[in-house]
Amino acid sequence: MRIELIRRPERSSAMALLSPILAIALTVITGFFVFLAIGVDPFEALYIYFIEPLTAWWSVQDLLIKATPIILIAIGLSLCYRSNNWNIGAEGQLVAGAIAGSVFTILVPEWNGPLVLPVMLLMGIAGGMLYGAIPALLKIRFGTNEILTSLMLVYVAQFFLDWLARGPWRNPEGHNFPDSREFDGWQLLPTILGDDVKLNFVFVLIAVVVAWFVLSRTITGFQISVLGQAPRAAAFAGFSQNRMVLLTFLVSGGLAGLAGICEVAGPIEMLRTSVSPGYGFTAIIVAFLGRLNPIGIFFAGLLLALSYIGGEGIQISLGVSDQITRVFQGMLLFFVLTCDTFIFYRVRFVAARRRQAGEVTHGHA
Amino acid sequence: MDMLEGILLTIVTAATPLVFAAIGELVSERAGVLNLGVEGMMAVGAVCGFAAANLSGEPVVGVLAGILAGMVMASLFAVVTLIFVANQVASGLALTLFGLGLSALIGDAFVGIPGIGMPHVHIPVLSDIPVVGVLIFGEDPLTYLAVILTIVVAWFLFRTRGGLILRSVGDNQVSAHALGYGVVKVRFLAVLFGGACAGIGGAYLSLVYTPQWTQNMTAGRGWIALALVVFASWLPVRVLIGAVLFGGISILQLHAQGFNVPIPSQFLSMLPYLTTIIVLVLISRNRTLLRVNTPACLGQPFVPDR
Repeated sequence: MRIELIRRPERSSAMALLSPILAIALTVITGFFVFLAIGVDPFEALYIYFIEPLTAWWSVQDLLIKATPIILIAIGLSLCYRSNNWNIGAEGQLVAGAIAGSVFTILVPEWNGPLVLPVMLLMGIAGGMLYGAIPALLKIRFGTNEILTSLMLVYVAQFFLDWLARGPWRNPEGHNFPDSREFDGWQLLPTILGDDVKLNFVFVLIAVVVAWFVLSRTITGFQISVLGQAPRAAAFAGFSQNRMVLLTFLVSGGLAGLAGICEVAGPIEMLRTSVSPGYGFTAIIVAFLGRLNPIGIFFAGLLLALSYIGGEGIQISLGVSDQITRVFQGMLLFFVLTCDTFIFYRVRFVAARRRQAGEVTHGHA
Repeated sequence: MDMLEGILLTIVTAATPLVFAAIGELVSERAGVLNLGVEGMMAVGAVCGFAAANLSGEPVVGVLAGILAGMVMASLFAVVTLIFVANQVASGLALTLFGLGLSALIGDAFVGIPGIGMPHVHIPVLSDIPVVGVLIFGEDPLTYLAVILTIVVAWFLFRTRGGLILRSVGDNQVSAHALGYGVVKVRFLAVLFGGACAGIGGAYLSLVYTPQWTQNMTAGRGWIALALVVFASWLPVRVLIGAVLFGGISILQLHAQGFNVPIPSQFLSMLPYLTTIIVLVLISRNRTLLRVNTPACLGQPFVPDR
């Protein structure tokens, strides 16, 4: 049997909406068999994984807390990916933001007034932007592949953070734990909802609205899309490729930096050797699952946050390694990308037939 | 002299997995497919290799399992990007995320279990020559395989008809298709070969380099292998030089940590990654070199028209 793709005359908007839902359904079905394979009751496991976190107010809050950095980063990444700039180092830019934003809080701990938090947030954004600018400038100046440089810089940032937390920034009264001093008072994000949801959730809402506006109502948003979809047309129209490389990396780096400092000034309340369980990588999946659209990303971010909480739940209740979260996340991205094909193509299954003499072959095995 | 011999030997062991992974990716990229999933394929190769060797007691079974695991992972990528023409960059990332998670899940049962190492070759007289003896005649068998593989791939790509077809598919997919070559079929095979190589590279890590399984033990080597392909400007033999360079840096920084060099260990650990960035910048400055050798259709999807 062969699979043939037939290009649709125009993109199917029905499939565009349906494809993420189809991908989620396929992931759940595959998940069913994965649970079966590792010997746990798949119905119970799926319930604990996907439904139970939504049944208690505290875990819904936890969901919002985890979704916050993921959505913030994914919004920035979607601008990059739309314009064909492959920033996959958001995890490093997050760490850079966490470090830069903590500079004053750790070196001048006495400073504790209403101005502290805004300065921390701005420093965090600046840190992420500067770190994101490195692969962008290398790409512009030397044509260096930004995929590899941005990814390599993740490792560099993580080692640097590790050094800071174990070395110069370690809390001298911290009984040798590799943590900085605890932030307090004005150095922490205020709570806005329930017991735990902090101010940074508002940043998410702002980012979604601003990104939607920029992409759909401004010339910059238009340029981003043209550069991604038709680089030659963009060149003829005089859009600057280089300007867009820098812009998208600065925006995505800044948002990742903001996410980083908000983790430190939010749920973690200190600088540690690790400040993120891979939010920068999860955001890549969210950006695609949300079809690189700000509103889609918002819902995709909530779903991926659910996968983190579900993974923790299943580890506690059923003793399954929480690494299953990463398996699900990777599977989901595969399914999303595959389902996206149906937006532009119809798929036809053709029964195998013997090739006739003289016929030009064009099918796939 | 023993010290020097030890360092040189470990540099070779650090370089070997990079050679495997980079050669596989090189073939895949020569056919026009950019597979960023090398890290994921290596991780699954490492854990499957370790598990199979431990369950069977035979390191060779481990190597075969690593190859098979890498190919299964690669076939996922091939189906998604070649048959369903999904974006190669994003699919490669998916493969890496999926592979790292899957390897950790499978490996959960094998953490802390001592592994089965692979015996080194010993040829009487020759292996006993000081310094060069062990270095040339006393490596593990996989290291020799890596060198032979590189030479065979170089020969295949540039001296055989099959290699010419593979390169034509990567350089001009439309013409290759018009000439009657199965673009998708050639690419599928190239990706599978890449998966097999990444799998054996991963298995080398858990069977020879450090005979044990730890989560994330690939530590970015898959990404470094991708950088090596650019460094080698898609020419197989240059992969060997690059791999020794990167292997050397990662081993020297380890020894520097052991000697209490007054630099924090974290900064030394950064070195392989920083070197990768610097080398990439230096290479990409030479645009003519890259333009000549970069497969022209790298990363482009192909749907046969009818």
